Amino acid sequence: MYSFEVDKPGSVEAAVAALQIEEAMALGGGQTLIPTLKQRLASPSRLVSLAGIAEMKGVSAVDGVVTIGGGTPHATVAREAAGAYPALAALAGNIGDPAVRNRGTIGGSLANNDPAACYPSAALASGATIVTSSREIAADDYFQGMFTTALHEGEIVTAVRFPVPQAASYQKFEQPASRFALVGVFLARFAEGVRVAVTGASEDGVFRWSEAEEALNKEFRADALTGLAIAPENMIADLHGTKEYRAHLVSVMTKRAIRAVG
Amino acid sequence: MPKDHGIGASPKRREDVRFLSGTGNYTDDINLNGQAYVHFLRSDVAHGRIDRVDTAAAAAMPGVVRIFTGADFEGVGGLPCGWQVTDRHGQPMAEPGHPVLAQGKVRHVGDPIAAVVADTYEQARDAAEAIELDIEELPAVVDMKAALRDGAPKVHDDLAGNLCYDWGFVEENREAVDKAIKEAAHVTTLELVNQRMVANPMEPRVAVGDYNRATGDHTLYTTSQNPHVIRLLMGAFVLGIPEHKLRVVAPDVGGGFGTKIFHYAEEAFCTFAAKAVNRPVKWTSSRSEAFMSDAHGRDHVTKIELALDAENNFVALRTDTHANMGAYLSTFAPSVPTWLHGTLMAGNYKTPLIYVNVKAVFTNTVPVDAYRGAGRPEATFQLERVIDKAARELGVDPVALRRQNFITEFPYATPVAVEYDTGDYNATMDKLIEIGDFAGFAARRAASEAKGKLRGLGVNCYIEACGIAPSNLVGQLGARAGLYESATVRVNATGGLVVMTGSHSHGQGHETAFPQVIAEMIGIDESMVEIVHGDTANTPMGMGTYGSRSLAVGGSAMVRATEKIINKAKRIAAHLMEASESDIELKDGQFSVAGTDKSVAWGDVTLAAYVPHNYPLEDIEPGLEETAFYDPSNFTYPSGAYACEVEVDPETGRVTIERMTAADDFGNIVNPMIVSGQVHGGLAQGIGQALLEGCVYDENGQLLSASYMDYAMPRADDLPFYTVDHSCVTPCTHNPLGVKGCGEAGAIGSPPSVVNAVVDALQSAGRDVTHIDMPLSPARVWAALQG
Repeated sequence: MYSFEVDKPGSVEAAVAALQIEEAMALGGGQTLIPTLKQRLASPSRLVSLAGIAEMKGVSAVDGVVTIGGGTPHATVAREAAGAYPALAALAGNIGDPAVRNRGTIGGSLANNDPAACYPSAALASGATIVTSSREIAADDYFQGMFTTALHEGEIVTAVRFPVPQAASYQKFEQPASRFALVGVFLARFAEGVRVAVTGASEDGVFRWSEAEEALNKEFRADALTGLAIAPENMIADLHGTKEYRAHLVSVMTKRAIRAVG
Repeated sequence: MPKDHGIGASPKRREDVRFLSGTGNYTDDINLNGQAYVHFLRSDVAHGRIDRVDTAAAAAMPGVVRIFTGADFEGVGGLPCGWQVTDRHGQPMAEPGHPVLAQGKVRHVGDPIAAVVADTYEQARDAAEAIELDIEELPAVVDMKAALRDGAPKVHDDLAGNLCYDWGFVEENREAVDKAIKEAAHVTTLELVNQRMVANPMEPRVAVGDYNRATGDHTLYTTSQNPHVIRLLMGAFVLGIPEHKLRVVAPDVGGGFGTKIFHYAEEAFCTFAAKAVNRPVKWTSSRSEAFMSDAHGRDHVTKIELALDAENNFVALRTDTHANMGAYLSTFAPSVPTWLHGTLMAGNYKTPLIYVNVKAVFTNTVPVDAYRGAGRPEATFQLERVIDKAARELGVDPVALRRQNFITEFPYATPVAVEYDTGDYNATMDKLIEIGDFAGFAARRAASEAKGKLRGLGVNCYIEACGIAPSNLVGQLGARAGLYESATVRVNATGGLVVMTGSHSHGQGHETAFPQVIAEMIGIDESMVEIVHGDTANTPMGMGTYGSRSLAVGGSAMVRATEKIINKAKRIAAHLMEASESDIELKDGQFSVAGTDKSVAWGDVTLAAYVPHNYPLEDIEPGLEETAFYDPSNFTYPSGAYACEVEVDPETGRVTIERMTAADDFGNIVNPMIVSGQVHGGLAQGIGQALLEGCVYDENGQLLSASYMDYAMPRADDLPFYTVDHSCVTPCTHNPLGVKGCGEAGAIGSPPSVVNAVVDALQSAGRDVTHIDMPLSPARVWAALQG
């Protein structure tokens, strides 16, 4: 990697200030950024580590809303959200490997918005609110395509608020090498309706499968999807699957999520 | 009762204490006073003309010691190829030069163009980015058949084309095979790909060069399976350093799998540069570099035809293979698709007529060479797949078809030049059917189907030629080296032994298994025996470890040396007991005089050898140290039968291995636990090839599977619990231990059974699927299910 300065502020305010420096970058758990630096694919002048900000850590559940600090590692979510939001905890517990889960953070994952990451599907399907250093953003407005979000330069994800659904399931079909989602479907059933978010599949990043949601709002069973299909055109094609294969897996994984929530 | 020591016992591996506790001494652990670091600037295009390499700005960067380019190596030899194949017309293969650093052209992504030596690794890397390069990108050839077409871009401008050789074997059989196939009652044809693999040892390659100005001695520390071979190749052919001024040390090595056999440019560079800059020079490969600079494996495209008569007897076999050499000839590359592949095409079967045609092709890709099994997995895969396909076409049981055609009488001379000494293929098949619980398969299939899954059972046999090899035979076949092995056994005054072996252990367990043999021969505790290997300064000239040869060849050398020790010790014992030498017996570490109660202990005799006060100095030299070189009279022929049971998820195409069973005949076994471990590791790599791994280039020669994000290494949860057995034993008839070798069997024997099982599962659901190319990824299996 190239050399850089490191800041480790103790508050969100101090972190925001530190990020004003030209070519400074926020460092969450470093599970994407550090490998990128090692490959010399980025050259920040300064890394602003968010690891020392206590107010960005932890899981709480109040009045049907689970709030997770942006700096909370996946392993903590897997452990501490298990009672309040089991599907979310299960998702967190199956990201990467133990090292990734103990370093990587939810804020880092959502800020990066890798098209094959797991968390974006949970945030989108849950109708979560992304709380940042300057505002609150609805998940429906937050994800804006592959590696693209509504975040401004220097803006930090400080917390994520997940309304807890009546039932939910995340079905991940793993890419054999990376074990990122080749296709991942998060289905959340609320009193107001069903939300289905798909990760891994689309060239536009995480998306809601609205046709499936409409069908399931009429009739909540796997057969309700009969005749529905995702168009392959915008799906990702790579070494691990064609567009057609990913489109097919979206249907399969959605049906499995439906069956899982019963 | 299983034995608790000596041959046949399973003591835990003594080397694992340091491997598992972080106290091993790997090449990267070696740091020499004043050492500098080298970073290689590698080509990012597959094929290009180097118009300009300007190092002026880079040379002025902080910490830079010196920058080397191809021009610095113009007076130095290129990397040699250790095997010359002669083509169908009696002509030698095309053998292009292989410079240490690229000269004139780059020929694959990763080809080193320049080397920056600096005080730190980061400084070297910074300076490499400041080198100004003008490379005119040229059209690349990646596909082998395209590379052989008229007008294809040439990888090497000084060669006639991209063909390395067109090999026919056995050429005299060609017409007879053609005729038999034409007239056969049934011919089964299969076209398949044995995909390119990256070995991915846990430890990446490392080289540290050192030069002593005072003495003129060079030392290279390197991650090698055969330090003496590196000393010979690099010293004699590349740098012109005589062996007595060059020491090569390969300390603990974290996995080889073939890819650490070869002599690499980085080794020659570090040795050369250490003298040029008068500082030790170190290189540690990154994993990204490993993907584009370690020799790859496999990469064959094959058409195979099996002809049967009306009674389902195999009557002829014909294969047509394109084998990828990559951009240059790696050390043993030409031998892999020929002598390690064509000679195995008889498999376990008495097919009377066989013809193998192999076209080796240069492409703009990383060089390809031996990878666990080397040629034999490629032979086994195509043969066992085409037999399975034939059984399905003929509607006969795949096991019965194999049994009907088994070789049952030994020795057996195949029509492809080798003579199997022993084997019992029905015995391993019987064992397989028993321990694999074939009888319960129908019930297991029904249970899978009840869950909505498809279940398949696949079987294959294998034979391999290992314990390589008789030197006079391989010399006739084009090897430019002998393939004996050596051992020096040094007995110390108080009775402990040190064995200096030319074999090299990089995970195989020699330090545990070899002492078991000596303990058995002398009747002493294994802890009295130490194994020394991996340093040309203190071991006799040896050929190293590959081709499952360590115990069969290196172990045999150790036995021969130990026999000399025992013979001499008996003469000393006879003197001490004033008895006739012919009456001395050695048992449980005691020399006794037959028919009397007189005895002396092993330690008494060894002490006498070094403190020769009461000693027949006029007849026997003092000391107790012997060396033996052992050159085998034949290959060894391990064989076995493997079975795989898979479940296929018809919705996603995902394959899971539910059972994996291996019944092997390895001849005599020294340490059953180590043998099981070797089979387990081989199975992991075989399953990895069958289901997960694959090295993929795009049409421009860019490596798409260049990291673990896209190259799928098997993980523990991809693999089942294995059932392995090696109780079927037909000892090798021509080495003193009767051993055959077990290191490669799992990787050779498993891929066909996995693919056969998946095809069986898909056919059970009525799908007309006869073949899927490896790796059987979910996407490929799903596509096959769609028809």
